[in-house]
Amino acid sequence: MAHGLTPSQTVGPYLHIGFDWLNTTELAPSGVEGERIVIEGCLMDAQGATVPDGVIEIWQANAQGVYAHPDDGRSPAAGFHGFGRCATDDEGRFRFATIKPGGVPGRDGHLQAPHVMVNVFARGLLKQLSTRIYFSGDRHDDDVVMQQVPAERRATLIAMPVPDRSGNFVWNIVMGGGGDDETVFFDI
Amino acid sequence: MSAPPAYRPPPSGSHADYLYPGYASTVTRSPSKPLIVVPQSLSETTGPLFGHDALRPHDADLTRQHAGEPLGERIIVSGRVMDEDGRPVPHTLLEVWQANAAGRYLHKRDQHDAPLDPNFSGAGRMMTDDQGNYRFVTIRPGAYPWRNHPNAWRPAHIHFSLFGNAFATRLVTQMYFPGDPLLAFDPIYNSVPEGARHRMISAFELDLTVPEHALGFRFDIVLRGRDATPMEK
Repeated sequence: MAHGLTPSQTVGPYLHIGFDWLNTTELAPSGVEGERIVIEGCLMDAQGATVPDGVIEIWQANAQGVYAHPDDGRSPAAGFHGFGRCATDDEGRFRFATIKPGGVPGRDGHLQAPHVMVNVFARGLLKQLSTRIYFSGDRHDDDVVMQQVPAERRATLIAMPVPDRSGNFVWNIVMGGGGDDETVFFDI
Repeated sequence: MSAPPAYRPPPSGSHADYLYPGYASTVTRSPSKPLIVVPQSLSETTGPLFGHDALRPHDADLTRQHAGEPLGERIIVSGRVMDEDGRPVPHTLLEVWQANAAGRYLHKRDQHDAPLDPNFSGAGRMMTDDQGNYRFVTIRPGAYPWRNHPNAWRPAHIHFSLFGNAFATRLVTQMYFPGDPLLAFDPIYNSVPEGARHRMISAFELDLTVPEHALGFRFDIVLRGRDATPMEK
């Protein structure tokens, strides 16, 4: 390796200046095929305090499990990009309206359970935190990433349906604290 | 099936740990449990790509986004985005943001007692060209105080956000200026292992400097490289 990686630094408290122009919370224009879902949640710190100066970015495949990217050799249907960005509000909340992704092949060729990729940015984070959103009701036992996660921590990755609001899921992020609710983060 | 080549893990010593108590905000905002290593799939080796059509006029010239010119020392920042093997990363989006020349951000949470500049918003974006090169015009940001510890001042810096070609290459960093005496006291800069810190400092370059107009600073950015061949499974 001839060149040393540029180190990561925090986005700082004024990240909105640089990030807001690309906020994307409605990912699926009408006409995009797929099951409409809403994912909402709250970003919290290690003490349970809400984080009002964070940004959540997501990246996902379309309903067929195809990414809009040349490395995915399958051609995606037009109209769905798969990127979302949401600044947390004064109560630490974020919300994305999108479609449920299809299963994506893992490195071994087996389908992974449907999931959304997540990056968390905030003041106090010297490097983004990466995690995944899975969905309640899907089978996760065969998922190669879920298999790396201790069984008692898997629930932190699973978005739960909101009662009486079809298609709505809630999924919170807890950045630390050591409790059962501390979100699993990945080294990718 | 053949999976796309994986991105290599960052060599140790490349990045700060999440918990760096000298930067007080990390104490309540860092994971207490180790990250879980996962095998890369298309989910990690793909990522959002953006086109030149995402940009607007003057996105790459922060001195021309208002009716008048901002106060401050006009500078040009230019460099090359490449991977660890020196391969250029073409047509990738960069986002930048910064304080004005007085050290004040145009942000509701910035209460620093320094003037805003009606001619400066402090945000820009650009795409690299087919050789990975980027360039933008701005003013040199000022240093500013913060409340991390007594008499704490951030060295002058410009925030950079890059996507690269994959979810795995996402990078947010800060560019600093050569010779800044505040670097020695800054916990955010010093959170990075010593051997890698200098990669965040731009270099003054006379070749980038435009006579009678603006000083030039070079800042090359290195994103993660990937394995040479696809892995057959």
